[in-house]
Amino acid sequence: MSDPVLSLEDLTVTFGTRRGPARAVAGVSWSVARGETLALVGESGSGKSMSVLAATGLAPRSAQVSGKVRLHGEDLLADTEAGRRRRRGRHIGFVFQDPMTSLNPVLPIGRQVGEASEEHLGLTRRQARDRAVELLDLVGIPSARERVDSFPHQFSGGMRQRVVIAMALACDPDLLVADEPTTALDVTTQAQIVELVARLQDRLGTAVVWITHDLGVVAGIADRVGVMYGGRIVEQARVDDLFADPSHPYTQALLAARPDPAHAGGELPAISGSPPSPLELPQGCAFWPRCPVRGDARCEHELPPLREVGGGHVVRTFYRSETIGRSA
Amino acid sequence: MSDHESTFRRAVSTLRRDPLAVIGVVVLVVLVVVGVLGPWLAPYGTNDVDVDNMLAHPSAAHPFGTDELGRDVFSRVIVAARVSLEVAVVSVGLALAVGVLIGLVAGYYRGWADNLLMRCMDVLFAFPVLLLAVAIVAVLGPGLLTAMVAIGVVYAPIFARVTRASVLSVREQVFVRAAVSIGTSDARIMRRHVLPNIAAPLIVQTSLSLAFAILSEAALSFLGLGVQPPAPSWGRMLYDGRGFVTDAWWLGVFPGAAIFVTVLAFNLVGDALRDVLDPRQLTLSEARRSTR
Repeated sequence: MSDPVLSLEDLTVTFGTRRGPARAVAGVSWSVARGETLALVGESGSGKSMSVLAATGLAPRSAQVSGKVRLHGEDLLADTEAGRRRRRGRHIGFVFQDPMTSLNPVLPIGRQVGEASEEHLGLTRRQARDRAVELLDLVGIPSARERVDSFPHQFSGGMRQRVVIAMALACDPDLLVADEPTTALDVTTQAQIVELVARLQDRLGTAVVWITHDLGVVAGIADRVGVMYGGRIVEQARVDDLFADPSHPYTQALLAARPDPAHAGGELPAISGSPPSPLELPQGCAFWPRCPVRGDARCEHELPPLREVGGGHVVRTFYRSETIGRSA
Repeated sequence: MSDHESTFRRAVSTLRRDPLAVIGVVVLVVLVVVGVLGPWLAPYGTNDVDVDNMLAHPSAAHPFGTDELGRDVFSRVIVAARVSLEVAVVSVGLALAVGVLIGLVAGYYRGWADNLLMRCMDVLFAFPVLLLAVAIVAVLGPGLLTAMVAIGVVYAPIFARVTRASVLSVREQVFVRAAVSIGTSDARIMRRHVLPNIAAPLIVQTSLSLAFAILSEAALSFLGLGVQPPAPSWGRMLYDGRGFVTDAWWLGVFPGAAIFVTVLAFNLVGDALRDVLDPRQLTLSEARRSTR
């Protein structure tokens, strides 16, 4: 594997609240290489978005971030705010969840798409416009040259998300962070967006971090998957290994909760209980209170280490869990 | 097609759909022309005293009648247009520039800058408008320029508050986060993403303030702190005419009507501008046409 584009080492994000410190991210490590897609999956509040935002300097100002974040080997957290700002957009592009709100309603889309290249590459407004046409064409907006001066409200949701992707790619970034980019779209549009990103990645060699809770999307796009729970990675593996051999009870429960056409009409298994509050993360395994396995006496009081169970397949458990699910 | 052309096209289409806006624009253009050419348009000098024709009824020779010194009210109303427009535009322009800057910085950065700036604004806001203006003029000395500055300072806090309140909601929008995420500088975000999105409330506030500024100038002039007699100003004439309301209604009615028409025109144009600057206000058919 080539050198990682972005790597996180033991990243921790803490918010000071009136009821004590809240640990949104509790020591997360992962890396993503050129041309690779890493999917981060987990429930809301599992820290998947926050880990990326904090790493790139987009966390709220009240957040305390520690650990190591390297972009092409350079430590981002040690950099100044201005330094991080210069890298964002230039080296890292972001696509957010809701394309209806992530575009400025009163600015023509071409201006927004060209903005990063004006800011980082010093293009003039005219050059940025040409660049915008190029990018809109790249993401599959029909007759880009005519539509570059249109406003966001003149586009459908899927088209807007393409515009947002074009905006993120303006400076040919090495890394694209997609934060649930398909959640707000209907299913056919989702598939188109997934396909578009995959195609662009092939063409541009961009590394992609895809944050989602949709395992179907993960199966379609990811090379590697990191499953997050309670601010930690609980399992990380190549996508095929994860689906073939989920080893953490949480991953197993997630996979079991997927709808299956063969068992249509039946009730889907759900994980009982709710995710832990970042204010009081359990002493041991964060999943323990909801865990159907509880395969080791230490789980309650001691944090399981990340164990390697196969080539690049790591799990945060004390034990080897049997596959559970609707068949069990 | 550039931004400016498309804005221009929207302006034209807004005017086509909105006859009231046309009236507003026409009246405003007429006012500006009158303001510029006033002294040449007026049939009499503003200070030509005619003792034989004191308090004359409106007639062919004096369309708006004459005042207690026999001066032609029509000529005085025309010449005063310049002063009133000047005061309104300059003072509100000052208030807008200062207020929006303060509101933007306070609302965008929050924290101590917000506290410091807005508490200063609150202090200014706590004084009655006229009292504060009088105090400022008292310090700077009476005259037209100081009246403008005074009115500008007095109205700045309103703009700061309106701006800050709007910025607070816009800065939380995803597209601002998106701009931050691609490394856009704060200044550019404020200029390009925040400011255009708060234009609507600012324009409404501006058209209202222009109207109030004309009234404030009138009040200051009445107190002898603004336009110095015998130079004419609508407010001054209005107040001067108050003693003759029962005998010579034209002394108050015509300058009053001038203020009314000007204020109305500012409001109509303000409404139209808001529509032009907000592309979402386009009708569906308009939106469809422009997507082709």
